[in-house]
Amino acid sequence: MADIVLDKVTKKYPDGSVAVHEVDIEIADGEFVILVGPSGCGKSTTLNMIAGLEDITSGELRIDGERVNERAPKDRDIAMVFQSYALYPHMTVRENIAFPLTLQKLPKDEIAAKVDEAARILDLGQYLDRKPANLSGGQRQRVAMGRAIVRSPKAFLMDEPLSNLDAKLRVQMRTEIAQLQQRLGTTTVYVTHDQTEAMTLGDRVVVLRGGHVQQIGTPQELYNNPANVFVAGFIGSPAMNFLPGRLSTEGIDTPIGTIALDDLRSVLSRAGDVGSSGEVLVGIRPEHIEDAALVDPTTRAQGATFAANIDVLESMGSDIYAYFGIGSGSRASSDALAELSADSGADLGGSQLIARLSPDSKVTRGSTAELFYDASKVAVFDQSSGESLRRR
Amino acid sequence: MNASGKSKAWWSIANILVILYALIPLLWIISLSFKPASSVTDGSFIPKEWTLDNYKSIFDTSAFTSALINSIGVGLITTLIAVILGTMAAYAVARLEFPGKKVLIGAALLIAMFPQISLVTPLFNIERRLGLFDTWPGLILPYITFALPLAIYTLSAFFREIPWELEKAAKMDGATPFQAFTKVIAPLAAPGVVTAAILVFIFAWNDLLLALSLTSTERAITAPVAIANFTGSSQFEEPTGSISAAAVVITIPIIIFVLFFQRRIVAGLTSGAVKG
Repeated sequence: MADIVLDKVTKKYPDGSVAVHEVDIEIADGEFVILVGPSGCGKSTTLNMIAGLEDITSGELRIDGERVNERAPKDRDIAMVFQSYALYPHMTVRENIAFPLTLQKLPKDEIAAKVDEAARILDLGQYLDRKPANLSGGQRQRVAMGRAIVRSPKAFLMDEPLSNLDAKLRVQMRTEIAQLQQRLGTTTVYVTHDQTEAMTLGDRVVVLRGGHVQQIGTPQELYNNPANVFVAGFIGSPAMNFLPGRLSTEGIDTPIGTIALDDLRSVLSRAGDVGSSGEVLVGIRPEHIEDAALVDPTTRAQGATFAANIDVLESMGSDIYAYFGIGSGSRASSDALAELSADSGADLGGSQLIARLSPDSKVTRGSTAELFYDASKVAVFDQSSGESLRRR
Repeated sequence: MNASGKSKAWWSIANILVILYALIPLLWIISLSFKPASSVTDGSFIPKEWTLDNYKSIFDTSAFTSALINSIGVGLITTLIAVILGTMAAYAVARLEFPGKKVLIGAALLIAMFPQISLVTPLFNIERRLGLFDTWPGLILPYITFALPLAIYTLSAFFREIPWELEKAAKMDGATPFQAFTKVIAPLAAPGVVTAAILVFIFAWNDLLLALSLTSTERAITAPVAIANFTGSSQFEEPTGSISAAAVVITIPIIIFVLFFQRRIVAGLTSGAVKG
């Protein structure tokens, strides 16, 4: 077990493209850190550099305080679980799990004991003599995990280990991985493009975009206090609503009216710091919009109401998702939002907004409803730089 | 008859035609090899009179026996060396980026395309100077040269099929590059290696041109050359029966070679390695 430190780690390819740009991450001993971002953000490259499968162009990688840039993967004592599992098809499950130990030339009975222990932890006992071809996706996944845990490495690296499983199995394996990591207490770096996995698994989450670290924090920090519009749009499902806005001395003028902020002065001074033109993006999480009829008067003072034409209602039992428009032509445009939209297929920053209403709401489809938003929870981002102007 | 039944019938007819096309000459040679010299030209497909004289006659002298031994020896050594070199070269071609890779592939292709007949005279002179003429190495060396492109192209196609992540996984599991190759990649490339081995062996076994030009005595003459050197019992007799018998005999090692290895040539050996 060990800590892993990435110190200005950069990956530059011979053709000049930069996949990872001066990434600084400090991963404590026993910590579960997630690297997350849309495809092409450099998360897998970063993981491969930690593994030693790709060279580090500049910067330093330290494991347990030692510089390991120049060490071959086999000398770094870290195990990796691949997206495709990468099981050796000509070996049985037992041989697959034992492979790292046989390479270390351990005594046979010690190998057998360790393999049996790993198989017991992962519930693979009855499959030990099968070939990978005769296993289900979930079982293969477990064999890949077994091969990683059997030699008690300094750290686990996982490259989208769940993305080949079906939805139900993915949730189940997610829990198993979390339990396993907690039980073994091994430092783990986990790469995913799925923000739900990132939020549920990680002690801390690193959001990457185009090779640059956007924000590092606990899942809750990222959710409540995104550093920029990219993190805000990436984290959370359904995604945050974005509205175009303009800073004024009264607040922010938006298609749903002027939003009054109690900390307007600090927002304005932040805007001055980042050189904002005054054009901003206003972000409101779906759960911060509520049916105005259900909001008590004291809460009401923190926000304002607006009228919305409800297009679609989706009842989830515990919540009702209400989709409503804010009139065409009012697009919250930004590079980050366009990139996120392209990656997820959802239209972020479009004129369609989502509210997560209480199940007690009597709002009906096609009607005009009065909705309330909590101004204290509203996020404000500079339009051109994407920087948050209202970080707490 | 429904549509699928109809197409099945058509396929069966087509298959039978192709099989007959390929088999009839072979069966004819087998038939000829059992005919006595007098009835070779009688035109009947099944010999009216069966005899083993042709087989006896080719083993009468040591000429054909020694030629068979030469052929087997030269063929096996060529196969072994060409496949080992080819495996390593093909791995490099399929997996690694290195300066001169395109030149290597181009040179291999050039050798494969180069007309061998134009090299016979220079090779003859070179080998005479070096004392390689009429020796095993004198055949093995040019065979390896001409077989390598074949081996490299066949094997690199197989290597490309093997998921690269397996090699990465082996490295992460603590294997050196050499261990990753021998313990993970090579076993998975086994069907390709066997295929390449069979192709190379058949190439060396069948070659007449180089063997005819670069050998002269029983020291190194191979079976195809020995057959070409057959003469009838008198100068007025064609050695048709003996040639047929010898042709049947030299086909047998190839059949054994293929049967012996065919269990290894199974598709889908890599299934289960990655998500399938």
